[in-house]
Amino acid sequence: MWKREPVVSSTRYTVLMEALTDAEVKRLENKASAIRQTIIEMLVAAGSGHTAGPLGMADIFTALYFHVLKHDPHNPAWEERDRLILSNGHITPVRYATMAHAGYFPVEECLTLRKFGSRLQGHPERDKLPGVETTSGPLGSGLSQASGYAYAARMDGRTFRVFCAMSDGEQQEGNTWEGAMFAGKYRLSNLTAIMDRNNIQIDGMTEDIMPLEPLRDKYEAFGWHVLEVDGHNIPQFIQACDEASAIAEKPTLILAHTIPGKGIRAIERDYRWHGKPPSKEEAALFLNELRTMEGKVASEHQ
Amino acid sequence: MTMLIQDAKLAANIFDAPAQAATRDGFGKGLVEAGDADVRIVALSADLTESTRVEEFKKKFPERFVEVGVAEQNMATVAAGMANYGKLPFITSYAAFSPGRNWEQIRTTIALNDVPVIVCGMHAGVSVGPDGATHQMLEDVALMRAMPNMIVISPCDSEEGRKATLAAAKLGKPVYLRFGREKTPVMTTAETQFEIGKANLLYGGDTSECAIFATGALVYNALLAAKQLESEGVMVSVTNIHTIKPLDRETIVREAKRAGSVVTVEEHQIHGGLGSAIAEVLAEEAPTPIEFIGVRDMYGQSGEPKELIEHYGMGVSHIIAAVKKAAARK
Repeated sequence: MWKREPVVSSTRYTVLMEALTDAEVKRLENKASAIRQTIIEMLVAAGSGHTAGPLGMADIFTALYFHVLKHDPHNPAWEERDRLILSNGHITPVRYATMAHAGYFPVEECLTLRKFGSRLQGHPERDKLPGVETTSGPLGSGLSQASGYAYAARMDGRTFRVFCAMSDGEQQEGNTWEGAMFAGKYRLSNLTAIMDRNNIQIDGMTEDIMPLEPLRDKYEAFGWHVLEVDGHNIPQFIQACDEASAIAEKPTLILAHTIPGKGIRAIERDYRWHGKPPSKEEAALFLNELRTMEGKVASEHQ
Repeated sequence: MTMLIQDAKLAANIFDAPAQAATRDGFGKGLVEAGDADVRIVALSADLTESTRVEEFKKKFPERFVEVGVAEQNMATVAAGMANYGKLPFITSYAAFSPGRNWEQIRTTIALNDVPVIVCGMHAGVSVGPDGATHQMLEDVALMRAMPNMIVISPCDSEEGRKATLAAAKLGKPVYLRFGREKTPVMTTAETQFEIGKANLLYGGDTSECAIFATGALVYNALLAAKQLESEGVMVSVTNIHTIKPLDRETIVREAKRAGSVVTVEEHQIHGGLGSAIAEVLAEEAPTPIEFIGVRDMYGQSGEPKELIEHYGMGVSHIIAAVKKAAARK
């Protein structure tokens, strides 16, 4: 049985296995708020796109890019980087915004989202923007790609980790379960999947459209180690990523319970915000709400 | 005396008793050779290791063989991830399932993503025989040809299948390789040239009245038709279009202009396959009367390969009739 080498922190972006200080948590939460503001601004500029999912995953993407992932924004092709495969490509605004804030490209470029000639395609394309790792949009294909990536890396004894961010809605795709079966069979312990369990999809609530539960039992039955976290509790999510890297015999699923539209009360938990952008007027209110909430959100975990 | 092109270095016994081997057998050999030459090559199987001829690769390189089970969509996407990492994956199944079942995964995660996965579709065409219509893939060339970034190759015999496999392994691009189940005549030799995108003129001369463009094992039927026609005093040329995309426009236009009429021959629907591809080129560059040999908007059925080829209008007599019809339309 193949065993993963211990992770060695090698960049300023990696502080694995260390307790988070309050100051660090606050820094990350403020970063998440700034990323949410960028998401709102880019969606307004684009005039189309998905709102609820990107806002709901802002805390997790912040934790990934500003704490968990081993990566270098100035060298997106760095061989030793951890790979983050985004399966549900439609939440790509959160990835773009987070990458921009992390230094991959100027934050102003976010305003080109979905525009003609932009590197920030409506759904991400590997060839267009360095660092997005793969092309995605059609649902259900990310977990298999991440599994193939992890399998291939393990063949060569590589020690970076592969992460796959996916949605709950795409658990209705058969391809997702083929990937889950594959990763389970081959015990891909270098793979961490993160499911955005926000309970909404385009036509309504997941449990009304096509019930997904019991998700934990299903993944465990497929040979996965499953952790459940509050997807807005950054320290808890980081701790789960640490635990996943310590599991040597199985791939790990982090079932992240999130609130779609998190951070903006008018959007939170409303499936009608899945696939539409805010108007200019709405955006002004939402940005104000995010800015005034910043101090309060940051204090919740103190 | 026939008008076989000497430069093509075809088998000496081509019209007597040519060796018989399936194009998939050539794939199996080529895959092992490619695996020897490049450690990045991995082979994925969806529960069809023996009939797709991946067995030898599996024996020789067990650590580079990946069994995915009956899951063609997973096979394509797992391979996309492996290629994204830096491997050169060959994914193998029957053409009806891959690219039949997993077309969108191939489009998005391999072709648009532009990672070098080689999609190997076996058991293409009605010549699968007794398995019937579900397994007789007749739409795969249309599916794959429509996809940007995808190279489409349909070898004419086992030896060319071997060479196409080796060439695909060196290309660094998404490729579709199409293979048949049945043993068919081995027309080419180790010396026959094979270059992706370069059509091979096998038969004919300056007096050709019709240019036959054929792909896959039916190239042999085209050659038999040419020989028969020659004995009747009708000269034709036969070009093996092993690469359907990108097409060798130069050769196709030259042969079409020289002969003034064209017949296309393929074991595929006439919609969207080789014939359509050639019609697109000629309509733009050299409008020429064309007759299409292929399946006409029908599914196959159970039967013996030879009787199915005849039933669906792809036999030697059908090609001869098509040549006469095309030449008469000049």
